[in-house]
Amino acid sequence: MTETNIDVRGQTCPVPLVECRKAVKKAAPGDEIVILGTHPASKKEIPMACEAMGLEVVNVEENTDKEWKIRIKK
Amino acid sequence: MTDKAVIVVHSGDLDKIYSAMIVANGALSMGMDASLFFTFWGLQCLKKNGLDKGPLSRMNLLGLGKWMVKSRMKKANVVSLEKLMEDYKELGGKVIACEMTMEIMGIKPEQLNLEWIDEYGAVGTYIMEAKDAKITLFI
Repeated sequence: MTETNIDVRGQTCPVPLVECRKAVKKAAPGDEIVILGTHPASKKEIPMACEAMGLEVVNVEENTDKEWKIRIKK
Repeated sequence: MTDKAVIVVHSGDLDKIYSAMIVANGALSMGMDASLFFTFWGLQCLKKNGLDKGPLSRMNLLGLGKWMVKSRMKKANVVSLEKLMEDYKELGGKVIACEMTMEIMGIKPEQLNLEWIDEYGAVGTYIMEAKDAKITLFI
C-alpha cells in the first residue's frame, strides 16, 4: 500500500478535482491519496466525486481558515 | 455501463472553450466518461496552437477585452486550455472531429493536433455517443 500526496494549494477550479482523479487512476486498490488544497468548492466536491466513484473518504481536516486536507482510500 | 457526458463544441470563443473543457474535465473527475465533438468554430481550436486563438463571446473589443480577461485569469491562477486538454486526454476523454466542417473550411488533418483526436465523424457519430449519455450539451 502506498500513499500519494497532492498539493493543489492556490489552484482553482477544476484543477483540484482533476489532480485527485488523476491520482485515483494511478493508484492501486488499498492505496491512499492525500490532497492538500485551498479552493473552497473542491472541499465539498472531492468527497462528492469519491462517493460517485465508490471510494472511501478517510477524513477531511481543516488546517487553518483556508487550507483543507482530504484523505481518500481506493 | 459508466455514465457519460457528451458535448458538442460548436463555438471557438475563448470563454466557451473554457466552459466546455472545464465541464468535460469535471465529468471525468466525477468518474464519468466524456466525449467532445468539435464542429464549426470549435473545430478551429483543434488546429495546431489554436486552442486559445478565439475571441471572447462578448466584449472582445478587438482583442482588448480578451487580453484583459486572460490577464485576470492568470492572476486568479486559472489553468491554460492546453493543460486542460492534456488532463482531459490523460483521464481518457475522447475527442471527435467533424469531417463536414473540415471539408467546408478546407481543413486538412495535418493542420490539426492529431495527438488529441480519437475519431473523425459526422452527425451519426454524435447521436450514437449522445443517445446513452446522462449529460449532453451544445456549447
